[in-house]
Amino acid sequence: MSAHDHADHDHTHGGAAHGSLKGYLIGFFLSVVLTAIPFWMVMTGAIDNKQATAIIIMAFAVVQIVVHMVFFLHMTPASEGGWSMLALIFTVILVVIVLSGSLWVMYHLNANMMPGLHEMREMP
Amino acid sequence: MASTAIAAGAEPVFHLEEEHAHAEGGSTMLGFWLYLMSDCLIFAMLFAAFGVLGGNYAAGPAPKDLFDLGLVAVNTTMLLLSSITYGFAMLTMDKGRVGATQAWLGVTMLFGLAFLSIELYEFAHMIHEGATPQRSAFLSSFFTLVGTHGLHVTFGIVWMVTLMVQVARYGLIEANRRRLMCLSMFWHFLDVVWIGVFTFVYLMGMLR
Repeated sequence: MSAHDHADHDHTHGGAAHGSLKGYLIGFFLSVVLTAIPFWMVMTGAIDNKQATAIIIMAFAVVQIVVHMVFFLHMTPASEGGWSMLALIFTVILVVIVLSGSLWVMYHLNANMMPGLHEMREMP
Repeated sequence: MASTAIAAGAEPVFHLEEEHAHAEGGSTMLGFWLYLMSDCLIFAMLFAAFGVLGGNYAAGPAPKDLFDLGLVAVNTTMLLLSSITYGFAMLTMDKGRVGATQAWLGVTMLFGLAFLSIELYEFAHMIHEGATPQRSAFLSSFFTLVGTHGLHVTFGIVWMVTLMVQVARYGLIEANRRRLMCLSMFWHFLDVVWIGVFTFVYLMGMLR
């Protein structure tokens, strides 16, 4: 009876919660590495080009977010019958629209409407 | 309306099947995940505001004058360690070991408190130097974004204490397991948001 209950329990929650010790340790190791490298790059100025550094640390952040999703939040396409993944994809689309849209529009607004801003920024 | 023709005695059969399909708390995890996604949108708005306003210093202090990356690295370590210790709490919970679960929750809470203390120290230091939220649009959006994350961590710790009391009183019953799993998602989600914060606010701020 208890075995049946356990199976039922696992079935109800899909892959939403339970992980293994190995999974947590792999996730932790990966996130330490993925955190340490960007900090090291910015603190030591390992790459002279600021734009390249920015792109690289953003890439590291995206990879680390995926690592956390997989190893800590246990996201799989199958969890909750796929609804978790669907909600996540929808949220990611909204976040990308909000972030890229805001930055794009406001960057051009600044660049085209306020010619004095860049000079002001350089003031001490 | 053919069912009206069936005797009233047939009705409990429908009832039983219906009860079986809706196990208590069966949809809680999905519901909580949807809450986290809406919380994610709040943070997206704050990140967008910071992205737009983050360069407007109003001739005030810039990230380079204010941020201490060593401190932020320590802070990040605290949150990462609290994530793995919460993972250990979940693993011991699966094995039904109340004492070990409580101990790991306690360790997680201490790391969370360490994170909050360091963040409050950083804020106090900045405000002491005159970098208050009113100083510039950069600082307003900085304090709103990082402060909202800190507030989430604060409520996560309050929740954790509540659950530790619950587990102490009632043990690892099904309801408490479900609650601990929700807090697990909440806590790991906050760590995911912090990845965005240290990358976009602190590291990119130092590159500006």
